[in-house]
Amino acid sequence: MLTYIGRRLALTIPTIFALMFLTFLAVRLVPGDPVEVRTGERGISPERLAQFRHELGLDQPVWKQFADYVSGLAQGDFGISLVTKEPVLKEFLTLFPATLELAFFATVFAVTFGIPFGVVAALRRGGILDHGLMGVALFGYSMPIFWWGLLLILFFSVQLDLTPVSGRIDLLYYFEPVTGFMTIDALISGQEGAFASALSHLVLPAVVLGTIPLAAIARMTRSSMLEVLEEDYVRTARAKGLPPLRVIGLHALRNAMIPVVTVIGLQGGTLLAGAVLTETIFAWPGVGKWLIESIFRRDYPALQGGVLLISSILVLVNLGVDIVNGVINPRVRHGR
Amino acid sequence: MAADVTVISAPQAPPHPLAVFWHDLARNRGALLGLAVVVLIALLAIFADVVAPHAPAEQFRAHVLQPPAWVEGGSWAFPLGTDEVGRDILSRLIYGARYSLFIGISVVAVALVLGISLGFAAAFVGGLVDVMIERLMDLIMSVPSLVLAIVIVAIIGPSLTNTIIAVTIVYLPRYVRIVRAAALSEKAKDYVTAAKTVGVGRWRLMFVTVLPNCVAPIIVQATLGVSDAILEAAALGFLGLGAQPPTPEWGTMLAAAREFLQRAPWVVTWPGLAILVTVVSINLFGDGLRDALDPRLKRS
Repeated sequence: MLTYIGRRLALTIPTIFALMFLTFLAVRLVPGDPVEVRTGERGISPERLAQFRHELGLDQPVWKQFADYVSGLAQGDFGISLVTKEPVLKEFLTLFPATLELAFFATVFAVTFGIPFGVVAALRRGGILDHGLMGVALFGYSMPIFWWGLLLILFFSVQLDLTPVSGRIDLLYYFEPVTGFMTIDALISGQEGAFASALSHLVLPAVVLGTIPLAAIARMTRSSMLEVLEEDYVRTARAKGLPPLRVIGLHALRNAMIPVVTVIGLQGGTLLAGAVLTETIFAWPGVGKWLIESIFRRDYPALQGGVLLISSILVLVNLGVDIVNGVINPRVRHGR
Repeated sequence: MAADVTVISAPQAPPHPLAVFWHDLARNRGALLGLAVVVLIALLAIFADVVAPHAPAEQFRAHVLQPPAWVEGGSWAFPLGTDEVGRDILSRLIYGARYSLFIGISVVAVALVLGISLGFAAAFVGGLVDVMIERLMDLIMSVPSLVLAIVIVAIIGPSLTNTIIAVTIVYLPRYVRIVRAAALSEKAKDYVTAAKTVGVGRWRLMFVTVLPNCVAPIIVQATLGVSDAILEAAALGFLGLGAQPPTPEWGTMLAAAREFLQRAPWVVTWPGLAILVTVVSINLFGDGLRDALDPRLKRS
């Protein structure tokens, strides 16, 4: 087991190191002179240019610049935003809870509907319910979520006036962020109606972000369930005369869940990519929207730090999924 | 007696593999429906000049934000209504199909060429080359797809060509991995050893002996890859980082339509529906292909 974890870790470290190099390189490939971008001056005098280049370390050899960049990262220095003049890490940590909260509720939505959809489809294999549910999953899987978000706003917010269109909570409420999770902070604040308001702001974005994971989970649950239902131990359990619910819930479902848990874990990438679109549509103040704004504001340090942080989180999540997978499924552990 | 002899000496020839494949595919009504819709969209795109009622950029200033024909205030001159500068939405959607299909097919074509080259290099050269290619693919996959695409576009600038480049890079690892895995499993089989024994050269071994046997998973990935590419490119267009206005690319059209969500919901509805229908059809067909080509992967 330890060897397996060690091997996975050994693969992760070079990936994160390469990510650092990639983000370092990307910013140097961006069109426009970095000094000009940072100072906003054109036709700058050669002396001032040299001074700026020296201040930014751009007169150093590239390998030295990279070494400085990495040692900065190791000390938590992800650069300074050109727009807000705040440290990039601080901005990221302020915004990340919003993304995490959204991703959490999206996952809850996807799991709550995805697993029952998959189980029912497998039990009614080939029937109308199976075709119907898998049809829904196919549409979910193929959904342009940015359009899906607009449609839901059109229907639930504009036509029915049921849900708010944007933001995390109604402007009526104000409290200092404690955890950064609006639902939790609203509960802590004790203000009446604050929690309900935070929750109602979460519904549509969570549904939009959770749609593709829901479809992936439903499809995986169905195929995994179909496989397990054919196993001898399920037939034995049935032959023993156990009630069908017990056979399905206890004997079949528990084993069918192994690949499903992996699929849920691997939705991290889908959620982070989807967050960029979902947050843009719902004006959700998370890291996805921040990243897009950084591009349009040419705030390259923010973009560089943001991409590195988001990708590192994804790498670590996938590492976690692999390790959990190795723990619950010995075949994975010994397979490689 | 003679009749008996003919019966015995005429064993049924096995059906041609293509016939078997078509038989399997044709049983799947969803796949056929998907194929039919994709063909229809492709025909519309090819014959856009003939089919579309208007030119995609033609502005009818007297008919700005006109609703679809069946809604009050609409007319059959603009069946699906007009946009904020009076352009016919149906015509723009028909021309837009060209962009989406072109992006989807170009991305897959380039990714296939690169994927087969890199996948084969990894599988057949092995050693350090294999490790390097695998780690590079790990690196690409460690950045969330859309995030990587927007970073690439931020570097090389937003345009249709650059969208294709960005989306190709993002999806390349899938192709490389599938080709590598297929090549590795084929390489271990007896027929490859036999070919090597009789002195078949490395290139011939790769492209004539092994490649045809890796085709099934590659075709499935390529088909489903077209829909992924279309979705990703539309997302970039929607964020303002893909094809630029006034190009009638569906995602770009949606981005422009956003501010008219309340006043003119049809401007938002149609481009998204076009993306959804195209992607669903390709995925239906791709799922059917997978079931027909690879019985091991059958889902039902």
